[in-house]
Amino acid sequence: MITDEEKKEIRELMSHYATARAAGPEALKIVQNHRGWVSAESLKAVAEMLDMSCEELDSVATFYNMIFRKPVGRHVMLICDSISCYIARYDMLLDHLNRTHGIRMGETTPDGRFTLLPAACLGACDHAPAMMIDETLYGDLTPEKMDNILGKYQ
Amino acid sequence: MATIYIDNKPYVVKDRQNLLQVCLSLGFDLPYFCWHPAMHSVGACRQCAVKLFRDEKDTRGKIIMACMTLAKDGIRISIDDPEAKKFRAGITEFLMTCHPHDCPVCDEGGECHLQDMTVMTGHTYRGYRFRKRTHRNQYLGPFLHHEMNRCIACYRCVRFYCDYAGGRDLNAFQCGNRVYFGRHEDGVLENIFSGNLAEVCPTGVFTDKTFRRHYTRKWDLQTAPSVCVHCALGCNTIPGERYGTLRRIHNRYNGEVNGYFLCDRGRYGYEFVNGNRRIRGPLLRGPGGGEARPCTRGEALSRMEEALHTPGRLIGIGSPRASLESNFALRTLVGKDRFFSGVSERERKLSAAALEILQRGPARTPSLHEIRRADAVFIIGEDVTNTAPIMALTLLQLVPCKKVALARSLQIEPWDDMSFREAIQQECAPLYIASAAPTGLDDEATRVYHATPDDVARLAFAVAHVLESGVPGMEGLPENVSGLAGEIACALKEAERPLVISGIGGGSLSMIEGAAAISRALRSVCGKGELSFLFPECNSMGLALMGGRSLAEAREVLREGDADTLVILENDLFIRDAKPAVEELLKSAQHIIVVDHTHNRTSERAELVLPASTFAEGSGTLVNSEGRAQRFYRVFVPDGDIRESWRWIQDMISISGRGEAAGWKVLDDIAGAMAREMPEFEAVTRIAPPADFRISGEKIPRQPHRASGRTAMHAHTDVHEPMPSDDLDSPLAFTMEGYGGQAPPALIPRFWSPGWNSVQAVNKFQQEIAGPLKGGDPGQRLIEPAEGVKSASPDKIPEAEGLRPGEWLLVPLYHTFGTEEMSVLSSSVAERVPAPYLALCPEDALSLGIGEGEAAELIASGEAQQRIRVRYLKGLPRGVAGLPVSLPGVGMIDLPQKVSLVIPAKTADTGKV
Ligand code: SF4
Ligand code: SF4
Ligand code: FES
Repeated sequence: MITDEEKKEIRELMSHYATARAAGPEALKIVQNHRGWVSAESLKAVAEMLDMSCEELDSVATFYNMIFRKPVGRHVMLICDSISCYIARYDMLLDHLNRTHGIRMGETTPDGRFTLLPAACLGACDHAPAMMIDETLYGDLTPEKMDNILGKYQ
Repeated sequence: MATIYIDNKPYVVKDRQNLLQVCLSLGFDLPYFCWHPAMHSVGACRQCAVKLFRDEKDTRGKIIMACMTLAKDGIRISIDDPEAKKFRAGITEFLMTCHPHDCPVCDEGGECHLQDMTVMTGHTYRGYRFRKRTHRNQYLGPFLHHEMNRCIACYRCVRFYCDYAGGRDLNAFQCGNRVYFGRHEDGVLENIFSGNLAEVCPTGVFTDKTFRRHYTRKWDLQTAPSVCVHCALGCNTIPGERYGTLRRIHNRYNGEVNGYFLCDRGRYGYEFVNGNRRIRGPLLRGPGGGEARPCTRGEALSRMEEALHTPGRLIGIGSPRASLESNFALRTLVGKDRFFSGVSERERKLSAAALEILQRGPARTPSLHEIRRADAVFIIGEDVTNTAPIMALTLLQLVPCKKVALARSLQIEPWDDMSFREAIQQECAPLYIASAAPTGLDDEATRVYHATPDDVARLAFAVAHVLESGVPGMEGLPENVSGLAGEIACALKEAERPLVISGIGGGSLSMIEGAAAISRALRSVCGKGELSFLFPECNSMGLALMGGRSLAEAREVLREGDADTLVILENDLFIRDAKPAVEELLKSAQHIIVVDHTHNRTSERAELVLPASTFAEGSGTLVNSEGRAQRFYRVFVPDGDIRESWRWIQDMISISGRGEAAGWKVLDDIAGAMAREMPEFEAVTRIAPPADFRISGEKIPRQPHRASGRTAMHAHTDVHEPMPSDDLDSPLAFTMEGYGGQAPPALIPRFWSPGWNSVQAVNKFQQEIAGPLKGGDPGQRLIEPAEGVKSASPDKIPEAEGLRPGEWLLVPLYHTFGTEEMSVLSSSVAERVPAPYLALCPEDALSLGIGEGEAAELIASGEAQQRIRVRYLKGLPRGVAGLPVSLPGVGMIDLPQKVSLVIPAKTADTGKV
């Protein structure tokens, strides 16, 4: 099940590729932009458009960590758990989040506001510990700073 | 040839191979997972590591993957190097971290490549102490059981299922440690080669679900070399038995025939052997018909004597699913002129024509192995996927020769699977299909042409004419068709090994003759080209070679009163001819004796029914479509009076007071008699070692030396071991005692070698990896084209087919699961059989005003009317309707033929009947 708007965007996208299936990852991103995640029904609809089997498209979808095949919160929070952030004690941020919002890695707040996921390097080692919410990157984090930032996202 | 050094010893090996293949061919035990002899290398598992040295002075060397490295002249490697060994043990340990270690409850246990490799690499103690990731398993349909936790992520399953077999509903999901192999949700795996996953997967993730229902360890299975009976390709199999039931079918490698794979019909059709429709003892029926009663063998023989007492009043009906020996016995009983081949007039005619074309030449019938090397194919009127599945799998692998050359110019060898696929950009060899109805290979074809059989034949003749003279030279050929003819002719001409495939399945003599005309033209103009005809059943070719008149003629003989007793061999006549015709035949016989293994509508009419063995309980010879005679051996001794049909018929011959069969003590005797009587079967006597063949004075055991239940099997009745049954017909024994080494190729009862308990043990039985078996691939070809091209009779080009309004041309359709008589009796296969239907193209259905699922009346001249639901089938030509004629529940009609359709008035509410 996808909307005409999504279909239109996907069709436009397909015109840029030599084969329909090459548009797979980007088409999934279109659906995700509209709905936050890719449900089995949406996946099926996209697969049909691209003349792929569900298995073929889902193998692409599940390969990429940032294509969500399960519902996520309104905002996706990626906390870097790579080496620099590890040294800069990113675990303190995690503990803090757990205390204030009751979530751990891979979990969503009960009010559906945040989903917390690990990211293996955000490319911001010089500002470790770092995190990214939706499309915005934040560095040099402390628990207090974090509280302020999270307040902006409802 | 190249000289390579392995642990400082020189070996001369074939050029252009990879090191793993070379090492295995040389007999080294080098562990591997992702490499497969038919699917080659991808370097995914890192298990085949060896040390590579720069030169003889280099002592450090570096670790490389054998399967990804070319065995170049002068290359120096070490398998025994301590670092390489440690690396390999480490890989196994790594792959095993999340493995559940559940061998005792795993169906793969005891024949598991992962077990073998773990032992081979010496990884015996587990160091991993952490949490294992676990997966949910899926329901995958009736054929395969799924247990994902055992996966080692070698990717063989997807590579087989998608890349090799063209399946689209299985894939790899996620990545890293979580990678998952399955469907996107629970459901039936649709590809008809899915069962091979049980053998391809080196672990217990995919296992045979039917085997699971009556599971036995490999070491407790009694096995014998056998041949699949579910189509005419004659793939070689290893059926396994325990406690009197057949438990499973495994592939038996034959380099010329099936190679490494079987189709699901062949793998899962076996359950009919254990079915409740089996005829397990002699049965007698009173003159008025009714229920038959079991009787003793003595009673059966005396009834036989009564029925046979008047000489010259007897006719025999043979069968394309019975062995050569059984058909020959019947022919001996009734005499050549009173032997009927038991197939329809049409099938007899087409088979005889196809056989004559092959015998006359000039084109030769290729083995499946030779077909694998074809580089342009034209299929005429045959739905190969559904009539001869493994041939379709072979055709999926064809690559144009020029693409191989291109890849080689980029230093890419075909065994480097991923790079090779990239290099050829998925370009397959040209494949053209012309047929009356869509076929399973249409999606893979370069071009398809769907038209009436006569129009298809006209296209074939046009191709032949273009080859010979550059023009189609035919009146009234539409422009697009002559264009297509030109294109096909050009593709065939350009190829190094063009191949034309046709067969009996399309039911049209013109199509067969058209195929022959093309192959003649190719031979005479270009001096190349092979021709393959597909026959319908496991011994159709054998029966065609034996001759015999059709069922219609049998009816004639009975009608004229020239006979009153009918002996029917393993044949349900109701699937051969229309019901009224069969009824007439059966009614005009006074005595009917049926020898068969399974009850059917014909056996229900017999006054005497004699229990015959199936392929699993008897031995015999079948001739496949290629013309290759192959021996199958009894796997186990059946209970009671079940015997090979020829033995029952031998009794009939002796009871009639005749001496011809007196000398038939063992199978070799009757095969010898057959060869003397019909020289075309001479090679059958050389098909396998004779019954008195021994190695070091010993027979070859059907049971593995590890059979554990031998002394326990009968312990509840007797602690003494019973005397094993003797097998007079073959050098195989029903015991675990006997010659322990490798048997001659025709007699290999199972593949096993020390350290190699899984199917991969076949490596040790081949002359080289993926090459012929040691001692040569079994089977003897009975057909070779005659020397020198004889002039053929002039082409009989059919007129363009005109259909009058209201008239439909009904053509036969086929289903892998459904249109083969025996496999549909298997419960797993039965789950995949479609409901009866009549196919119309959507446009025709629309103009008739009939919706999908609604019923139509099918009226064919001289045959019972049948009511059947309509299914839309895109690609059927206008005016053509399709009927899966041998599907259970569909009445037999001789096809193709013109019929009329009546759409019953719809009832007001649903439009359904
Ligand atoms: S399921 Fe079997 S074949 Fe597939 S990757 Fe896992 S171990 Fe290999
Ligand atoms: S292709 Fe034919 S002979 Fe081979 S396994 Fe399938 S049914 Fe049997
Ligand atoms: S067998 Fe060589 S890497 Fe898998």
